[in-house]
Amino acid sequence: MIPMSYYLILGALLFGVGVTGVLVRRNAIVIFMSIELMLNAVNLTFITFSRYLENIHGQIYVFFIMTLAAAEVAVGLAIVIMIFRNRGTTNMDDINLLKW
Amino acid sequence: MELILFFILGGMALTAALCVVLQRNPVYSALFLIHAFLCIAGLYLLLGAEFMAVIQIILYAGAVMMLFLYVIMLMNIGGEGPEYAAGERMRRVINIGGVLAMISVIGLGISTTLFYGGPQLGPKGSYGPRIAENIGNTKAIAHLLFTDYILPFEITSILLLAAMVGVVYLARRIRAH
Repeated sequence: MIPMSYYLILGALLFGVGVTGVLVRRNAIVIFMSIELMLNAVNLTFITFSRYLENIHGQIYVFFIMTLAAAEVAVGLAIVIMIFRNRGTTNMDDINLLKW
Repeated sequence: MELILFFILGGMALTAALCVVLQRNPVYSALFLIHAFLCIAGLYLLLGAEFMAVIQIILYAGAVMMLFLYVIMLMNIGGEGPEYAAGERMRRVINIGGVLAMISVIGLGISTTLFYGGPQLGPKGSYGPRIAENIGNTKAIAHLLFTDYILPFEITSILLLAAMVGVVYLARRIRAH
């Protein structure tokens, strides 16, 4: 049996990579992908605890998170398409309409 | 054996995640993200959560990433940054090396799976025999979902409806006045 910490460290590393992507990249779509990566890292942690605490409730939470992520991606990509239609770019540095 | 599988799948997931962030072309990022999701689905299998692994592949690697690829191709955006021209030869060498390493790791993963007997359930594993019958089981999840979690489940359906309406509203074609 693998120690639980291995899975937790892997989840933390994946989350860290996702945070790095959000902070470093400028393309809105890649930022979305990094957010998906972070959600997956959290899911991995949930399922790890579900396994090691012998409790199935964690998997239910993962189910809800996945539904939420799907809805979020649909709305987010629609917003990105709207921005692209209006401004002709997905570069986050160019999308500064709120900074008047 | 479980440890070997964990390191292969985890290493591939981490490498693919790094590639998602480091690739300049968003299409490559999306493909590497699919790879990362599949590796994470494998980790779910390793943890004995079969239903979640299947959902992960169907929902993330199937639906969500297809949406991403559609949007990327719809907008036809290229890579970012001016560093495209510099170090082209070096980049090619690194790419080929990366692909070769990935292929060998995938082959190793497949061959390991053939000799692996599945997650340790039952009295010998970490689950008790009573839990082992239920956990990771689609039936157990469905039972819990439709009894204890029925209210969140219904709220999720409303959330999906709201998301659908919002997306239709956002993506409508604006007519010229």
